[in-house]
Amino acid sequence: MSEKPRVGLFVTCLVDLFRPTIGFAAVKLLEKAGCTVEVPASQVCCGQPSYNSGDKADTKAIARGVIQAFEPYDYVVAPSGSCAGMIREHYPELFADEPALMPRVHHLANRTYELVSFLVDVMGVKNVEARYPGVATYHDSCSGLRELGVKEQPRALLASVAGLAVKELPGAETCCGFGGMFCVKYPEISNRMVADKAADIQATGADTLLAGDLGCLLNMAGKLTREGSTVKVRHVAEVLAGMADAAPPIGRKRQGP
Amino acid sequence: MSDARTDILAGIRRSLKRDAVDAETRRALEARLSGHRANLVPKRGQVTGREKIEAFAQMAEFSLATITRVASADQVPQALADYLKSQNLPAEIRMAPDPQLDAIPWSDTPLLKIARGKPNPSDEVGVTGVFAGIAETGTLMLLSGPQSPSTLNFLPETHVAIVRADQVLGSYEDGWAALRQSNRGMPRTVNFITGPSRSGDIEQTLQLGAHGPRRLHIVLIDN
Amino acid sequence: MHPTSRAFRANATAALSNKTLQQAMANLGFRQKRLEAVARLPEFDALRDQARDIKNHTLQHLDFYLEAYEAKVRDSGGQVHWCRTPEEARQTILGICRSLNARSVTKGKTMIAEEIALNPFLEENGIAPIETDLGEYIIQLRNEPPSHIIAPAIHVTKEQVADSFLEKHAIYGKTRRLTEPREMLEEARGILREKFLRADVGITGANFLIAETGSSIIVTNEGNGDLTQLLPRAHIVLATPEKLVPTLEDVSTILRLLARSATGQEFSVYTTVSTGPRRTEDPDGPEQYHVVILDNGRSAMLGTEFQDMLRCIRCSACMNHCPVYGAIGGHAYGWVYPGPMGAVLTPSLIGVDQAGALPNASTFCGKCESVCPMKIPLPKMMRHWREREYERRLSSTVSRYGIALWAFLARRPALYHLATGWAARVLGRLGQRHGNFENLPLAGGWTRFRDLPAPEGKTFHQAWAERPLRTQDR
Repeated sequence: MSEKPRVGLFVTCLVDLFRPTIGFAAVKLLEKAGCTVEVPASQVCCGQPSYNSGDKADTKAIARGVIQAFEPYDYVVAPSGSCAGMIREHYPELFADEPALMPRVHHLANRTYELVSFLVDVMGVKNVEARYPGVATYHDSCSGLRELGVKEQPRALLASVAGLAVKELPGAETCCGFGGMFCVKYPEISNRMVADKAADIQATGADTLLAGDLGCLLNMAGKLTREGSTVKVRHVAEVLAGMADAAPPIGRKRQGP
Repeated sequence: MSDARTDILAGIRRSLKRDAVDAETRRALEARLSGHRANLVPKRGQVTGREKIEAFAQMAEFSLATITRVASADQVPQALADYLKSQNLPAEIRMAPDPQLDAIPWSDTPLLKIARGKPNPSDEVGVTGVFAGIAETGTLMLLSGPQSPSTLNFLPETHVAIVRADQVLGSYEDGWAALRQSNRGMPRTVNFITGPSRSGDIEQTLQLGAHGPRRLHIVLIDN
Repeated sequence: MHPTSRAFRANATAALSNKTLQQAMANLGFRQKRLEAVARLPEFDALRDQARDIKNHTLQHLDFYLEAYEAKVRDSGGQVHWCRTPEEARQTILGICRSLNARSVTKGKTMIAEEIALNPFLEENGIAPIETDLGEYIIQLRNEPPSHIIAPAIHVTKEQVADSFLEKHAIYGKTRRLTEPREMLEEARGILREKFLRADVGITGANFLIAETGSSIIVTNEGNGDLTQLLPRAHIVLATPEKLVPTLEDVSTILRLLARSATGQEFSVYTTVSTGPRRTEDPDGPEQYHVVILDNGRSAMLGTEFQDMLRCIRCSACMNHCPVYGAIGGHAYGWVYPGPMGAVLTPSLIGVDQAGALPNASTFCGKCESVCPMKIPLPKMMRHWREREYERRLSSTVSRYGIALWAFLARRPALYHLATGWAARVLGRLGQRHGNFENLPLAGGWTRFRDLPAPEGKTFHQAWAERPLRTQDR
């Protein structure tokens, strides 16, 4: 009898604060794939906000906490390409000047994955038992795409969702303009980028927008509702886990009583 | 006050945290220079025989050069005259004093007026030979010299290059090897010409004939 | 040219609402062509690795290769002039021009000349510099700096070209306002032809310098660089040390990437390798060949975390693919080099206190790095600039305190979870009505342009702790 892989869920600070539903969808998918899932309570963040602001000291302090908290698990899985990329690609760079810590850093980095690519590439998931009638378009979040090679995996699983048609988004790989602090440091430029993205999304005629990173999703959803669009925005995990009923689309209120 | 050369070299060494390269490293670097080893040569530069000629012609046309093939040097003058007529150009050419072109029986087409030497700014058609053709990109390789004035490649609005099939090489590396083998040293100018002159600088609209020739025509002697 | 990078924010905002600029920038079409050109060369990625390695090797031994190069230039009858600063370079070039009683100088496109503000200096000294690259010619008439490193007039519309030609070509007897690009090209070609033939000195840049042979290489599509160097009495090459490449074979590797990455061509129309002045038996060519090697901050970049930037071959792929550059154009960056490569290089050359905004105006989407033929880690170096600014306290007080507060909490999980639990509850309740916020105190930067989705009311950690226990959890 083989043991189930033990996954530590890296919730991400945005999912924790803004949309726990995504975390629950991730747990459901991981358990369905044959993993046990635990959520270390001391986790906060991967440290990317301070890292991209040039504050290495604080980033390291936060990262040390992550290394510690996630040591016991076979895998560390995050419903975010950006956070998983931070841990996998950037932690080794960050601690390059601390050779004593590097074995633990590499150990963590090598076990860390973005959710959908983990399901497909590591757990061999080929399809999901979910239903979502509608037409969805998919935005490729930059870090997941370019740092971790997340591209075909979400499309492969979405193809198995009953009732769902997927329409490719022109410029799917173009940045939505979130960029963490960028969207508030350079709001006009960010606005232009997300306005272009919203126009591309609406031009597809899709009724649903999906992506794998909540930062991008908050940004795009916020722009779409500001423009009066009816496109429903969700994290891809919610649809794959069949949990579209668990919460209203991002940025919308719950319908009905 | 030390001179700029000393300062710059010293600055480089300071940044690289070392003194001038030691004797052993120097020998290795000099060997690298004199060995001039080829790096990866793309497959398309390694074609041979008929495939190489076809590749050259295809890539040249892709670069918006035009190309006429003739079976022998004898047919070149008529092919040239026909080309000029088709473009409504006068049958008057400035030709490079290139011995490679001497073997062509120009007197067979007496209506073709030929002046040899470097161009006057008013010359409309320039005719040159080439040192080599590079098949991988359909490129002409021309060397400056008493028999091949470089200005002839640029001043006339139409440039006709006469290329023999045996001059077509596969890759740029083959071109450099041929140049080194010719033992003439580096000429003042090596021109690699890939198609006619062009510019996209006005609203990104591609236009031919910016400053160099508007037309590049290749007569390929393919025997 | 005088930097306006300090005003980046204001410049960028103005650029976004500049209708003419936005109309012109919509013409930027190099992406698709590059994609097709890359697909035509299966070895493209392998060549990128080799090109990177060639440049890294050269930079590690730059002093050796410079000396080897210099010796070869001398052997072929050329002269090398070493200059530490823009002022030294300007004076050197002026000296060469004066020695020839030069009155007019034709110029091929060179960004280094922009760095050292050569044109105004020559004009002040009674020498007329004439830009011959069509795009550079257009902006010279308009008295504007370039906005792109290979398509300098990308920001100019056809109508604006017509206006400039009408105004400036009157002295040549041209009085008709042109409407078609073809006519404009013809008119410029005719006028510049005369300039080529009359010039006393021709100045070009150099895409590469070859140590093995003492050669300089330029690539153009117009042929202007060739007429610039062949016709006058002297050819001056203005270059910087990192242009060096060891051998002809090495440069061939890199050339396979250059035009392909820039415009999607196989090769530029004219790739010209120049070695020394004309030989005694040559019928044409310059009598003198001068290479000005300007340091201007390059050697100081070696051995630092910015050394990789010296691999840049100025192809422009990064800016062609950058959504930020695409939105604001090149002038907003305020100096010679725009886009991602400008964001990394400019602080090195003019100081991070002047140019610090540039590496901050990036989402780190990574597209630039993914298309860079030399595999330069551009976002990483932008982040290094942010680290330098952080250390030197150059970033704004608000963002410093904001990040510091957040980091304070993030390092203390218990406190953090307390704060976020509270925030989730409060914001969740406040946002219940619409599901999002159109306005939120302290979030003005966000809510000016988009709504902020409301949190769900509990944090994940709270909800996880409160989840009903299943048999398998017991």
